[in-house]
Amino acid sequence: MSLIVKTITRLTVGLILLFGIYIILHGHLSPGGGFAGGVIVALSFVHLMLAFGKDTAVAKISSNLASNLESIGALMFLGVALLGFLGGSFFLNILGKGQSFKLFSAGSIPLSNIAIGIKVGVGLFAIFLALVILEKSKKEG
Amino acid sequence: MVNIIPFFVIIPLGTAFLISLLGKYVRHFAGIAISLSSAVVLALSISCAVYLSSTADKILVYKIGGWVPPFGISLVLDGLSIFMLVMVSLVSFFVAVYSLSYMERYTDKPKFFTLFSLMVCGMNGIIITGDLFNLFVFLEIASIASYALVAFGTEAEELEASFKYAIMGSVASCFIFIGIAFLYGFTSTLNMADIARVLSVKHSSYVLPFVGTLFLMGFGLKAALVPFHAWLADAHPSAPASISAMLSGILIKTLGVYALIRVFFSIIGSTQAYLSVLMFLGTASLLVAVILALSQWDLKRLLAYHSISQIGYVVLGIGLGTPLGILGGLFHLFNHSIFKSLLFLNSGAIDYCLGTRDLKETSGLAKIMPVTAKTNLIASMSIAGIPPFNGFFSKLIIIFACIQSGHLGYGLCAVIGSILTLASFMKVQKYAFLGRLKDKFKNIKEVPAAMRLSMLALAFICVFGGIMLLMPFRVFLDDAVQAVLRGTHYSSVVFEAVGK
Repeated sequence: MSLIVKTITRLTVGLILLFGIYIILHGHLSPGGGFAGGVIVALSFVHLMLAFGKDTAVAKISSNLASNLESIGALMFLGVALLGFLGGSFFLNILGKGQSFKLFSAGSIPLSNIAIGIKVGVGLFAIFLALVILEKSKKEG
Repeated sequence: MVNIIPFFVIIPLGTAFLISLLGKYVRHFAGIAISLSSAVVLALSISCAVYLSSTADKILVYKIGGWVPPFGISLVLDGLSIFMLVMVSLVSFFVAVYSLSYMERYTDKPKFFTLFSLMVCGMNGIIITGDLFNLFVFLEIASIASYALVAFGTEAEELEASFKYAIMGSVASCFIFIGIAFLYGFTSTLNMADIARVLSVKHSSYVLPFVGTLFLMGFGLKAALVPFHAWLADAHPSAPASISAMLSGILIKTLGVYALIRVFFSIIGSTQAYLSVLMFLGTASLLVAVILALSQWDLKRLLAYHSISQIGYVVLGIGLGTPLGILGGLFHLFNHSIFKSLLFLNSGAIDYCLGTRDLKETSGLAKIMPVTAKTNLIASMSIAGIPPFNGFFSKLIIIFACIQSGHLGYGLCAVIGSILTLASFMKVQKYAFLGRLKDKFKNIKEVPAAMRLSMLALAFICVFGGIMLLMPFRVFLDDAVQAVLRGTHYSSVVFEAVGK
C-alpha cells in the first residue's frame, strides 16, 4: 500500500482498537456491546492486514492464538452463564448490581459482553485470515 | 429434577469448545470427551423420561435466569420433547462411538467432533426450548454446523453439495424467520405458550394463513418434503457416513418434523386445511422419493432418497390428526431414526473397507464383512416393513390409521410405497452382500470394534423396537401422542406448570 495509507493506518489503528474496547466495556450502559465492539476490534486488525500485509497482522495474533482465544471466549460466556447456578438458576445474574449508569454495575452483564467481544473479535479476524490464506493458495496453486 | 433441563444444551456446547481448545494438544482428548458427553446426555435424557412419566401433568418448565415467562426464555420439557430428546441422544451416542474409528480416515478429528457436538447442541436446543426465536437460533446453530460437516471431505463434489445445501437451508431459514417476524408483529410476544394464548383471543383472517404457509415452506425445506427435497439427495451422500447417519437419522426430523408439529399443533393450532396439506405432501414424498430411489446405484444416494420417502410416512401419519395416526407417525419417526442411521453406518463401513459405495462394483461382501451384512439385512427388513422388526409395526399403524379415518387412497399409497421400498432394498442385498466375491476384495477384513459395536447395538434396537408398543414402554409413546393431541392447550398447561 502507499505511504499515505500506511501512515494513516499507523495513526488510527490504535484508536480503532481502543474504541472497540470502549464499546465492549460500556455495552451495558450505551448502545453497542460485545458483538458490535468485537467487530470493531476485529476491524482494527483487518485494517492492519490491508495496509501492511498478512504477516504484520499475524505477528500480533497468530491463527493458532485466534482459534484458541475464540474457544476461550465461548467457554467464558458459558462459564458466566453457569455462574448463575450458584444462585439457583442458569444465566441468573448473581453478582452485585451496583449503582445504575456506573461502569462497574449490572452484575455479570459486562463479563458476558467481554466474553462475546473476545469471541467475535478473534472469530471475525480468523475468518478474514482464512479468506486471505485461501486466496493466496489459489494464486500459488 | 427441573434443573437438569438446561444441561442438554450446556454439555454439548461446553464439549464442543473444550475439544476445539484442547483437542489439538492432548491426544485422544476429542474422542474421550465426545463419547463421555454423549453418554452423559443419553443417561440424563433417559432419567428425565423416567421421571417425567411418573409426574402427574407430564410437563417441566425451566425459567432461564429466574425470569418468569412470557418475559424471559423458558425451556419446556413435555412428552413430545422428551421423546425426541431420547431419540437424538441415542442416535448421537452410537454415531459418536462409530466415528471414533471411522474418522481415522479423515484428517483433523478435533474439528469434526467440535462441529458434531455443536450440531447436537443445536438439536437439543430446538427440542427443549419454549421460545420461538430461541428455536430459530438453535436451528441456525444446527444447520450451520451441518453445512460445514457436509463439506468435511473438502473434495469438489462435497463442496458443491454443501454449497447447494447452504443456499437451500438459508432460504428455508429466511422463510422461518419472516414467519416468526410476522407472528411477533401480530402477537407482540415470542414465547410459544404466550403466542398460543394471544392467538386464541385475537383473530385475523390473513396473518395466520400467511404465517402458516411460510412455516410450511421453511420447515418443509428442512424436512425435505417432496417439492422441497432436491438438496437432500446431494447433501446427505456427500457427508462422511457418520454425519449422513446424523443428518438423515435425526437432523431432518428435529429441524423439520418436530418444529412443524410444534408450530402447527401447539402454537397455531391444527386446522383441517393444514392437516390435508401435510397428508398430501407426505404421500407425495413417500411415492416420488421411493421411485427415484429405485434407479440409484450409489448406495448412499439410494439411502438418501429413502429418507425422503420415510419422512413422507411420518408426515402422513401426523397429518391424519387422529390419535392412532399420530402414534404411528411418532413411532415411525423413532424407528426410522434407528434403522436409517444403521443403514448409513453400514454404507460407511463398506466405504471404509472397500473405498467405493457403487453397487455395481461390490458383490459377495457377506463373506468378508459378516457383521455389516447381518446388521444391514436387519435394517433393510426394518425399513421395508417385514415383521417382526420395528418398521413393520409403525407402518402397519399408519396404514390402519389411514383406513380408520377413511383415507383409503392414502393407505393404498402407503402400501405401494412399502412394496417399492422392499424392492429397492432387495437390490441392495443382491448387489452388495450376495453373489460372488470379487478377487480384489479377498483380503479385506471386517471394520474395527467400535464401528461393529454401534452397528450391533442399533440392530438390536431394530429387532426389539416393537416392544415400545407394549407396557411399560408404551407410556413413553403415549405421553408424546398426548402432548401433540393437546394442541393449543399447550399454552394453559405451560402457564399452569410455571405457576407451581
